[in-house]
Amino acid sequence: MSIFLDENTKVIYQGLTGSTGRYYGLLNRDYGTQVVAGTHPKKAGTDVDGIPIYATVAEAAAATGATATCIFVPAPGVKGAVLEAAEAGMELVVVITEGVPAHDEAYFYNVVKRDHLNTRILGPNCPGLISPGKANVGITAGHIAKAGGPVGIVSRSGTLTYQALYELKQKDIGVTTCVGIGGDPVPGTSFIDCLEAFESDPETKAVMMIGEIGGSAEEEAAEFIKNHMSKPVSSYIAGVTAPPGKKMGHAGAIVSGGKGTAQAKMEALEAAGVRVGHNPTEAGELMAAIVRSL
Amino acid sequence: MISVGELRADEPRWVQSDAMDLLEYQGKQFFAQYGIPVSDGEATGDVEEAVAIANRVGYPVVVKAQVHTGGRGKAGGVKLAENEVEAREHAGNILGLDIKGHIVKTIWVEKASDIAEEYYASFTLDRSAKQYLGMLSAEGGVEIETVAEENPDAIAKIHVNPAEGLSEAQCRQWVVAANLNPDATEGAVDILMKLYEAYVQGDADLVEINPLILKPTGEVHALDAKVSLDSNADFRHPDYEQYDATQPRDERETAAHEKGLQYVGLEGTVGVIANGAGLAMSTVDVVNQVGGKPANFLDVGGGANADMFADAMNVINNDPSVKSIFINIFGGITRGEEVANGILEAMERVSIDAPIVIRLDGTNADEGRAILEPRLNDKLMMEPTMLEAARRAVELAE
Repeated sequence: MSIFLDENTKVIYQGLTGSTGRYYGLLNRDYGTQVVAGTHPKKAGTDVDGIPIYATVAEAAAATGATATCIFVPAPGVKGAVLEAAEAGMELVVVITEGVPAHDEAYFYNVVKRDHLNTRILGPNCPGLISPGKANVGITAGHIAKAGGPVGIVSRSGTLTYQALYELKQKDIGVTTCVGIGGDPVPGTSFIDCLEAFESDPETKAVMMIGEIGGSAEEEAAEFIKNHMSKPVSSYIAGVTAPPGKKMGHAGAIVSGGKGTAQAKMEALEAAGVRVGHNPTEAGELMAAIVRSL
Repeated sequence: MISVGELRADEPRWVQSDAMDLLEYQGKQFFAQYGIPVSDGEATGDVEEAVAIANRVGYPVVVKAQVHTGGRGKAGGVKLAENEVEAREHAGNILGLDIKGHIVKTIWVEKASDIAEEYYASFTLDRSAKQYLGMLSAEGGVEIETVAEENPDAIAKIHVNPAEGLSEAQCRQWVVAANLNPDATEGAVDILMKLYEAYVQGDADLVEINPLILKPTGEVHALDAKVSLDSNADFRHPDYEQYDATQPRDERETAAHEKGLQYVGLEGTVGVIANGAGLAMSTVDVVNQVGGKPANFLDVGGGANADMFADAMNVINNDPSVKSIFINIFGGITRGEEVANGILEAMERVSIDAPIVIRLDGTNADEGRAILEPRLNDKLMMEPTMLEAARRAVELAE
């Protein structure tokens, strides 16, 4: 099995008519994803390489039965696009677009959380997610992933996500689902959401988690792993040797209490029983050892 | 007291590249647009103009250095002037002053304020709670970290749901919880409502007033301003372009910024070019792990074409401390042969002095390596893994 996405998921692409949306939308379709529709308020009735375009997400969903959407619209339009998708009842809203204002993210995250309990946002500023061999939604290169499990991947960083998939493929280890949650201030889906889903997915036997400096998401994940995960986890945190950040005011530093450094994250994860590598290759090797011992 | 989860640490600059930090005078002008009372004053880079401003606003005045660093007072960058002679003397001394490596080019001259009490107020994002966090304290005018450490109960915190906004009733409760002088309540509620509006409508990452003062006459007033804006929201605020010129960047960072590259200058000798922020960060880590010192962090982004590599190489080339260059590329959608051709074409355009070590992996890596293979020499090397490439680059830098 996979989490959040499989070969039966029907996906609408908001922004399919733009150059980036078209490029990745068609690549995703080639991979096997059910790319059933695109939306554009003024291009309803046209198509992109045979994929029908509707004016709104609601119309596209009614016509196709889609339950997921992937957003490639430019940053100023993302807030509207996410709210439209949620109002149309989409269960999964994947936002690839980068450069979305933090206040927009904070707003739509909280509106969706309050009013649309069945909607999961992934991103913004994320590579999307791939359930290898089944479906790929976003900008991950499908062929760098081996299908089948037993490993689930969750990552905050784009290229390191690809690196992780590739490290595992070279060791002939398959992946159930790889989720890129993105590094923006208000990610719709957290490490914990993914860990929880992997924990209850019978085909996922182990989880690889790629984090980076800043915030406290990794520390929170470590707490979750300690208390709720039975499956083994390996991890890598980028930015171990990052110099101290410039300080702008003190409102951030004051509540950080030493959290946010790679060192603190690695220690928290190790204390939770996670095997932590010092570079992506080492994390891959640790996961290979875990898989051998399963 | 409202309890609050742990917030983020101040993030290293490369993940914070969307933040635009304002100087105090810019922050005060920003606050003034939202109706927050600030002292009458003006910014200038000229001594005689400073005197004219002082004469206009009326003595006593405060002359304040405008630099992106703390500790201005201790460094002699903030002075009170009672008359024209003193104003001229202080302006002359402060302009050109070196404060922790920042040379003062601009001073702010404002009317001095009588202070009865000093408070602290700020809004920022609590990333754990995914809500806004307001902090208010009766103990202002000092380092707020010290207050947080020694007397955390002296800081009243409030979470605001971004989907709901801050109501006046909520704000009033918060002010009461902070135990300010009751004379300050009305003024504080008014300023905090406006500060919230500035934070949200102005697309700020941080708005902070320290000190927020109560005057003997009963008015509440912002005596300082720390504002960091989210440059991702520039499309809503075309006027924010003006702040770009005063961002604290070294020469290398300025050159990279002009080319649209994500670059952070470091102190070492190994130039780093990678695609993707995570991989670039990881590359800096690995160079350190094998005993080297990275000269920079440079993310060339997703696509990999000759223009981008040429720009990146130019930026690195301008750094005299670079002794070797490590190009670390993982091809995802971008194919290895595109990367290889991009690098070779860029090398024809830019004359590079330092030897280059390439690690190319991912999609069509073999095809890309095959293109690079015949061109390898003692100025252009290739290694199969990140670690080996890092070791080679570090050796070459020694």
